[in-house]
Amino acid sequence: MILAALVMNTQGKPRITKFYVPLGVEKQQEAIRTIYSALSQRPEDSCSFVETENIFGPDTKLVYKHFATLYFIFVIDSSESELGMLDLIQVFVETLDRCFKNVCELDIVYNFNKVHTILDEIVMGGQVVETNSAEVLKAVQDIWKLERVGDLNVPSVRGIGSYRSKS
Amino acid sequence: MSSQGGWGSSKEFLDLVKSIGEAKSKAEEERIVAAEIEMLKRRIVEPDVPRKKMKEYIIRLVYVEMLGHDASFGYIQAVKMTHDDNLLLKRSGYLAVTLFLNEDHDLIILIVNTIQKDLKSDNYLVCCAALTAVCKLLNEETILAVLPQVVELLAHPKELVRKKAVMALHRFHQRSPSSVSHLIPKFRQILCDKDPSVMSAALCALFDLVTADANAYRNLTTSFVSILKQVVEHRLSKLFDYHRTPAPFIQIKILKILALLGAGEKHTSENMYSVLAEVLKRSDAASNIGNAILYECICTITTIHASPRLLEVAAEITSRFLKSENHNYKYMGIDALGRVIKINPDFAEQHQLAVIDCLEDPDDTLKRKTLDLLYKMTKSSNVEVIVEHMISYMRTLNDAHNKTELASRVIELAERFAPSNQWFIQTMNQVFELAGDLVPPKVAHDLMRLLAEGAGEDDEEADSLLRSSAVESYLHVLGEPKLPSVLLQVICWVLGEYGTADGTHSADDIIGRLCDVAESHPGDITVKGYSITAITKICAFEISAGRQVDLIPECRTFIEDLLASHSTDLQQRAYELQAILALSPETVANILPMDASCEDIEVDRNLSFLNEFVESAAANGARSYMPENERSGMSTVVTGTHEQLEPSAHALRFEAYEVPKPAAPPPIAAAPAALPFPDFEEQKPESSRSLRKQLAADREPDADSLNPEIVRLRLDGVQKKWGRYSQPQSSSTSTSSLDRRGDHGSDQVTQVGGGHREAVAASSIESGSVSELRQIERKKPQPEISTEKQRLAASLFGGPTASGRFSGSGGAKVSSRPGTVVQPAEKVLPPRPSSGGSKEKASDAGISKQIAAPSIPAPVDLLDMSDDNVPRVMTTAPGNDPFKQLEGLLEPVTTSSALPVPPQTASMDLMSLYDGNPAPSATGPVTTVPDLVSIAAPSSNSGASQSSTNGFPSLMDLGDLSASPFVELTGSVQGQASSKPMSQLKKGPSRQDSLQKDAASRHVGVTPTGTNPALFQDLFG
Repeated sequence: MILAALVMNTQGKPRITKFYVPLGVEKQQEAIRTIYSALSQRPEDSCSFVETENIFGPDTKLVYKHFATLYFIFVIDSSESELGMLDLIQVFVETLDRCFKNVCELDIVYNFNKVHTILDEIVMGGQVVETNSAEVLKAVQDIWKLERVGDLNVPSVRGIGSYRSKS
Repeated sequence: MSSQGGWGSSKEFLDLVKSIGEAKSKAEEERIVAAEIEMLKRRIVEPDVPRKKMKEYIIRLVYVEMLGHDASFGYIQAVKMTHDDNLLLKRSGYLAVTLFLNEDHDLIILIVNTIQKDLKSDNYLVCCAALTAVCKLLNEETILAVLPQVVELLAHPKELVRKKAVMALHRFHQRSPSSVSHLIPKFRQILCDKDPSVMSAALCALFDLVTADANAYRNLTTSFVSILKQVVEHRLSKLFDYHRTPAPFIQIKILKILALLGAGEKHTSENMYSVLAEVLKRSDAASNIGNAILYECICTITTIHASPRLLEVAAEITSRFLKSENHNYKYMGIDALGRVIKINPDFAEQHQLAVIDCLEDPDDTLKRKTLDLLYKMTKSSNVEVIVEHMISYMRTLNDAHNKTELASRVIELAERFAPSNQWFIQTMNQVFELAGDLVPPKVAHDLMRLLAEGAGEDDEEADSLLRSSAVESYLHVLGEPKLPSVLLQVICWVLGEYGTADGTHSADDIIGRLCDVAESHPGDITVKGYSITAITKICAFEISAGRQVDLIPECRTFIEDLLASHSTDLQQRAYELQAILALSPETVANILPMDASCEDIEVDRNLSFLNEFVESAAANGARSYMPENERSGMSTVVTGTHEQLEPSAHALRFEAYEVPKPAAPPPIAAAPAALPFPDFEEQKPESSRSLRKQLAADREPDADSLNPEIVRLRLDGVQKKWGRYSQPQSSSTSTSSLDRRGDHGSDQVTQVGGGHREAVAASSIESGSVSELRQIERKKPQPEISTEKQRLAASLFGGPTASGRFSGSGGAKVSSRPGTVVQPAEKVLPPRPSSGGSKEKASDAGISKQIAAPSIPAPVDLLDMSDDNVPRVMTTAPGNDPFKQLEGLLEPVTTSSALPVPPQTASMDLMSLYDGNPAPSATGPVTTVPDLVSIAAPSSNSGASQSSTNGFPSLMDLGDLSASPFVELTGSVQGQASSKPMSQLKKGPSRQDSLQKDAASRHVGVTPTGTNPALFQDLFG
């Protein structure tokens, strides 16, 4: 299972953090710091895997890829394929690139809620749900189209209309 | 960049991100974020915030929290937002909620209703949003609320929804298997879903299920094989291709499942061979994902029942991985190699060079993985090389986690494959040096045991060679500047035990080194304890060899220091050393025989050697022993002491606190005089508890290594069935055992090293842990005591008249004590050399105590002695005038050694034991501390007398202890007396410290209150 998906820049600033296992806010920050310090020390041509036993427990490792100013990191346990994760990162980045046209760090910062939407289409509850970036893109664009339309016009949701005035 | 403005983010958010990005320092960033949080706090509670605006705020909250700041004040707004009808807002709400909350958060309950509705929504995107949220937000209880809706969605026309519903169910299964156990057949059905993406979602769930119980799913093997076959043969739509590889994630998942199903199952495995061959053939070795599949094949092939042909291919691919320039493939190759050699160990040889390359690679992950592999490959033929590599890698590590793990591996390999004992010792030394206190104490024990027991064959010569080389290597190691405590303990023990054994080093030489060790670690009581004990042993060996021991000045200073130490343990050891110096060679040889650390010790639990004495005492009219529950007025003592004896207050105590009883000291902070008496009595348990808590807290930083041990120590004690009734004897014998006690105190090692040298030591080992036991036992009535023991105890500690004698006898004993050491020793020793059994126990206890021992045992010993039956006896004679007792007690303080020695007292009870002791030593009261303690401590008063006679330590603690009532008491009784404890009190470095360290004197100091509360009432009206 995927325990966490993170995007951080080469200065260690988190850009996207998503933990699929319950982890307190403090622990999350600690994990981010530990991961960053581990990654920033790695030489250029090292392998893409780092064991993370001291953060996420035994038998866990992180798989990361370095793109421009960003690290894309998936923390996995032994039930996922390390090399496969590298391709999953590839899928994620490809999708981002298609969404944002030459994605750069700023796109991710400014639109991090969108990035979350994309990530949710790829990984759900720690499991890979979709690996075809075209499919992901399609699903995400469906959502955004509908979001722009505004209020849902569906009878069954009318029932909760009473909340509208309150919120 | 064009997208930045166009995606609905406001200018403000952009500004925030920008200003954080431009922040020059962490502090500046903090300021910006803090200002942002303040602003958000104000804004979100404003009435009538437009919903779009609110969404904006929530997004900013998420951002702020991602940076590590608390955004909890806005959680409720995010929850409200999930109720919104607008999909954008609803999704933003869900996003924020899933990021903010975990499944057990209180606010979840407010969302469950919304989720239920959304799951029923006609809009599949709403369903999807809810399903995504469900994966993160629900716990065991709330899962049940949405389960029916999620199950319904399994039949949703949209495959996207079905897929997510399966994922959600899988998540439920992970979270709470019981809640969805009835749905497990569903997962099998879903495997047949017409849409491959839904099927692949089911694979994730099935993987978990198969991991849990492969047998139940073995009948699905053909289904998996046929799915895999179809995938590999490209029969799925092009949509599932990834870089022209057909559905790689499905392939990988199925390969993993097949590995689980085929493990150890010949028939099942055979069904897979052809499809595996197909996968191997079709996978594209040029692409990353192709290699991912190939690697997965290797895993499967090496896990299932082996097929030689497939193994060959797997080995070939492994070679390719290892030879690759790509570090990722190398890593996978090393991993694969580890799998292949499990089946074909010879395979490793072809790849030695590649492995060595990886080992020397600067890439840390790769290096560690390689060490993992080597660890699995270790044999006695290559252990030296591998351990050498591990140790040199260990040198580069600086995080405790990895170091500990690597150290434990090195130790394991060294223990299993060590080519020679010498090598083992060297290796262990390196491990200790590098990992220091991360090494579990047990390892040190094993090392010492190895040295003590030798190779196992009865080759004395080889053993002594080994020991000599150990001594040499340790003398060399001592030259290094910084050594961890554990290693120093081992060194001290070895030097003490074997330092002078081969005659290369003179006693003075070794003693000098030992003094250096202690001197260079002033704060480490454990090491000091080991050091002084080692010196004691060396002196003892010298004496028993008939040589004159003339301590070097350095050592004298050291002993002087310890005599005034705040640690009663160290103090006791120092006194014991002094006592030994004054004894005759024969006696010393009996107390500390040469090289006897492996000898077994048998404990005579019935103390049958005292029968004669008991009988004669009974014949002379001594009262027979009365069990505690038959005595009245004693419960207070018991609970009192119990409370105070509990040094490990940080551990959970399950037994209820007793009803507040007068016994313990008032809280440290409280000025003793200011406490009105009744209050004090009321408060006591509370305060002593809080005191202890405080102590525990204070102690944490410096002594944390000790604490866990203490806890264990106590448990040890509890397990042993050593009743308090044996205690009197143990304390009487303790006169003799004292000397050794020092030995095993810090020298727990010796016991560990396989039994102890003296019989008595065993009894004191016992008694070491006994005190706790006794505390516990004392709380319960003890009807099962044998009459023999009762008699024994009674006669040992006399009838009711005892209390009268007691006050005096404390002093009397002191003066008569010095010489007493010998006689009982001889009495006790005989049972010693006998068969095993006790040995193991001793070493067990030793192991757990090893660290704690030095600081704790002495207190424990003291306690032992201090809680004889005497106090109880005392209270049975309530007519006694407390003042008289006090006077008896306090006089010694003022007149140091000129104590009244009522001859009667001396001859009766315990004293009779010491009659005819051959060498009345000149050392004076000082040397007698332990004995004194053992005898005097029992009664509160005599406890006080003890402390006052033998000088400061206990008194000091008394003062420290906030046993101020006592101080007051002494003050009121005798001004002079009180002045002494007071000055002592000031002398201590920290009240709490010394307090903490000396549980024993605490006990002693405190008992007065507990034993006889009436005493105080008398005093204070």
